[in-house]
Order: sequence, then C-alpha cells, then structure tokens
Amino acid sequence: MEKLINDFSFGLFIWQVVIFVGLILLLKKFAWKPILDAVNEREEGIKNALLSAENAKKEMQNLKSDNEKLLAEARAERDALMKEAREIKDKMINDAKVEAQATGEKMIEQAKAAITSEKNAAMAELKNQVSSLSLEIAEKVLRDELSNKEAQTKLVEKMLGDAKLN
Amino acid sequence: MVISKKPLHFIAALLVAFMPLVSSANPSNDSTAVEAHAVAKTEEASHEGVHAEPKDEKAKIKEFINHHLLDSHSFYFNADEESGKHFGFSLPIILWDNGFQFFSSSKFHNGEEVAEHNGNFYVLHHEKIYKTDASGKLNEEHGHPTNVRPLDFSITKSVLGILLIALLMFLVFTSLAKSYAKNGGIAKGIGRIFEPIVLYVRDDIAIPNIGEKKYKKYMSYLLTIFFFILFLNILGLTPFGFNVTGNFTITASLAILTYLITTFTANKNYWGHIFWMPGVPTPMKFILAPIELLGTIIKPFSLMIRLYANMVAGHVVLMSIIGLMFIFKSWIGSSLSFGLAFALSILEILVAFLQAYIFTMLSALYFGAGNEEHHHEDAHH
Amino acid sequence: MQIPEIVGAGLIVIGAGLGIGKIGGSAMDAIARQPEASGKIQTAMLIAAALIEGIGFAALFA
Repeated sequence: MEKLINDFSFGLFIWQVVIFVGLILLLKKFAWKPILDAVNEREEGIKNALLSAENAKKEMQNLKSDNEKLLAEARAERDALMKEAREIKDKMINDAKVEAQATGEKMIEQAKAAITSEKNAAMAELKNQVSSLSLEIAEKVLRDELSNKEAQTKLVEKMLGDAKLN
Repeated sequence: MVISKKPLHFIAALLVAFMPLVSSANPSNDSTAVEAHAVAKTEEASHEGVHAEPKDEKAKIKEFINHHLLDSHSFYFNADEESGKHFGFSLPIILWDNGFQFFSSSKFHNGEEVAEHNGNFYVLHHEKIYKTDASGKLNEEHGHPTNVRPLDFSITKSVLGILLIALLMFLVFTSLAKSYAKNGGIAKGIGRIFEPIVLYVRDDIAIPNIGEKKYKKYMSYLLTIFFFILFLNILGLTPFGFNVTGNFTITASLAILTYLITTFTANKNYWGHIFWMPGVPTPMKFILAPIELLGTIIKPFSLMIRLYANMVAGHVVLMSIIGLMFIFKSWIGSSLSFGLAFALSILEILVAFLQAYIFTMLSALYFGAGNEEHHHEDAHH
Repeated sequence: MQIPEIVGAGLIVIGAGLGIGKIGGSAMDAIARQPEASGKIQTAMLIAAALIEGIGFAALFA
C-alpha cells in the first residue's frame, strides 16, 4: 500500500482526468451519439420493415379470408335464392294444382247443378206435358165414355167399386 | 472463455490479427531488455554515484522491470550500454514551482545530471523530480529523499500514451460515426471493426445491468472507458514499453470517476438501502449503515486495484520470462522461455480484453445498483 | 515484504484461487445443465470471480 501511495503522481492524475473527461465529452458529441443513433435508427428500420412485412402478411390473410367470406356469403345467398325459387315454384305448382282442382270441382259442381236443374226443368216440363196430355186424353176418353149413359153408369160403378176396395 | 457467441468470433479474429504484432513485439522487447541493462546501469551510476559496481544479469533485469513499471519523463526505445547513449526523444517537463516551469527532460540527461532552470535546481530520482541545490544532493531519510517535490505536470510517457490513445479513439470513432451518415446507416472503414463491440457494450453490458430505461445516459462513459482501457492495455503489449493501465494513478482516476458518477446519479432508493436498510431490525440498521457506506468505497477501490494488479502482474511476468532468455544464455532455455513468453503474450491479449470488459461491466453494475427502482423493497416484506 | 506478510499473501492467494476455481467449476456445471442460460451464467461467474480477484489483489498490494 505504501508503495502504491508513493507511486501516486498528482500531475499524471490531473492530466488523466482532464484528458479522459475531455475525451468522454468529445466522443459523446462526435462519436457515441451519432453511432448509437445510427444503430438505433437501423434497428428501428429493420424492426419496422419486419413489422410492416408481418402486417402485409396479415392483411393478405385478412383479404384472403374476406374473399373467402364473401364467396361463402355469395354461395349462401345463391343457395338461399335457389331454395326460395324452388319453394316458390313448388308453391306455385301446388297453388295451381289446388286452384285447378278447386275450379274443376266447382265446374263439376256447377255442371252437376246445371244438369240437375236442367233435369228438374225437363222433368217438370215432362210432367206438365204428361199431365196435360193425360188430361187431354182423359177429356177425350171421358167425352167418348160419357156420350152414352151406360158407359157413364159403368164408370161410376167401377169407381165406386174401387172406392170400396180402398 | 466464451463471453458470448458473436463477440467470441470477433475476439478470436482480433487475436489472430494481433498475433504478428505480438510475435514482433517479443524480439523488440528483447532489445528493450538489452536496453534495460544500459538504463539500469546508467541509472545506477547516476543514483548511487560512486559505488556503481558491475551487477549481475538478474539484478539488471529486475532493475529494468522496476524501471519499466514506473512512469518515465523521457521516451527511449533503446540505449547503448557502452557509451550510455539513449535512442529516443525527450519529453517536456512542466513543474509548478512558483509559477509554471517548462523545460525539456533532456536537461536531466536521463537522470544523470542536475537540471537548472530559472535559477532552480531539480534532480530526477526514480522518476520523481526533487528540488535541490546546485550540487544536486538529496537528503535521504529511511531511503526516501526529504527534498521538496514541486508539483509535476510533465508530459510523461503515460501522458503521451493517454494523449495518443485519446487521439486514436477520437479519429476512429468519429470516422465510424461519419461513415453511418455517408453510407446510409451502414458502417464502413476501419471503425467498422468496433461496431460489434459498441453493440456488445450496449446490449450485454449496459442494458442488462442498468436497465432499458436509464442506460442511455451512461453509454458515453461506458463506451469510452471500455475502449480507453482496451486500447491502453493493448498499447502496453506493444514494444514501445508503455505501462499506462498498469499505473496506479491512472486506474485510481478511472475508479474515482466511476465512484463519482455512481454517487451523483444514484436515486433515493440507493441511499435508502445504504443508510436505512429496509427489512432488517432497527438495531441492525445502525450496524449496516457504516458497512454499506464502506462498501461503496471498497467497490471502486477493488476496481482500481484489479486493473492495476492485473496489468502489472502481466507485465512483470512477461518481462521476467523474456529476461530469462538472457540468464539462460543457452539455446534450449532461451527458446523455451521465448515460447513461454509467446504463449503469455496471447494470454495477455485475452486479459486486456477481459479487464476492459470487467471494469466496464462492474461500472455498469454499480450504476445499475444506484438506479435500482423501488420494486426491490417489496421483496423484503 | 516481511516473511509473515509473504506467507499471509500466499495464503490469501491460495484462498482466492480456490474460490475462483470453485466459481469456475460451478459455472461449468451450470452451463452443462442449462446450456441455453450460458450467457447469464458467464456474466454472474465473471462478476463473482472479479470480486474475489479484487480481494486477492487488495491483499497482495495492501
């Protein structure tokens, strides 16, 4: 220790401190700051480039998935449309069928009704004609019959006889 | 030792890159070892005056290593033992002795003569400057001169090393900083080698220890201290013979800076933990407060000692092994010690990186402790 | 250095060496068990080793 203290040189110490502190300050201004800044800048640049590449990749992926989504949506829409169209078609056919059936039935009904009414009318006419005919016949018969007394009496008798039978 | 995968590659590459430097460093160190004798001898001649007997090889090497570990007022690569001539250059001496005194270290003639300047006389003794009279006699007491020591602000070898490294760092890192702007955010040029280390300091030292939020304000200090220590450690391995980070004064100033930054940027929570440790019984708090307070001083102290000791130990061991070559003087022993020195040089490069890493790492750890948020307290209850 | 100081320093160095060896060994075990946490383990190991080393050096130089 004594040797060390003996070796200590104040002048050298002052020189060293002055030169060293000066060196630190000078280098700080002219070397370390620009070097570290440049290195930092470069590192930032690399980081940014990597980040933007990553972002681009992500964007691409997003785009791709978007596209796929769109495609899927379109496909779904198409499917839905097709389904709807098919449904409408089926419904229309069904409706048409039902309507046609109903119309047919109605027409048949109407036809039936018409036929019935025609038949009734025809029957009624027939009845009328038959009754008028029979009246005429009966008139004629009666006239012929009632032209002689005998025949009249015979009829009355017969009628009476019928009545008796009843 | 794997610190992390990527920097390991880098460190490995750097190791390989520095290898030629090391292999060339060793022979040149040998020549400095030769110089050792010269310096040692001339110094002996100057310091001990008349009784300069020829010394054996071992003592010379020891002398040279001790001389190397000290700071130096002049810069010499080599010296001629015979003629006492030194190859290198002098450095300016700046003293505060009733006003600044400037003169060249050549006036000391490598510590052999008394330097006269403005009517004052100075003597260089074990790289310390003492004021004397014209005769240059030192009044010694218990082996220590009692003469007045003027404040020594000389540009010594260490100061020169610091200046060189500061300049180098400034050039390298400003060029790196500029290359970003020029090349659109990509580093180019020589500073590019250091970009991974800068990132390593940020991602593996600062952020995990200080935290994502607050690490930014410490980055300048951490980066500067890391490269400063690293470069000085590596400079110490070159054959120029710098021993800057193995200098107690340097490591002390670095540790003091770390201590000051920790102290002044610490938050309330940190001081709360020191003076009034939460979650312990009240009597314990009184006992813990001085211990914790002492701990804050011990931390930078250990930082200082660690770096200093590692570097000094590395230099001493390396130079001793190189010195062995001159003791063995046989081709088997010398080549063995050469191989050992080579392996140790490589180990020293690893230590250079490791010590810079540990100093920065522990500084970051202390800053992080000073900035810890409240959540720690919840853990106590 | 005096003889007792040298012996004391040696003892401390032995202790520090044992401690660092223990830390290193435990770190190896831990890494072998959890290779994915090797980074964190190494950091913790280095810090612990550095602290012990600091004590060792402090003892050597003090």
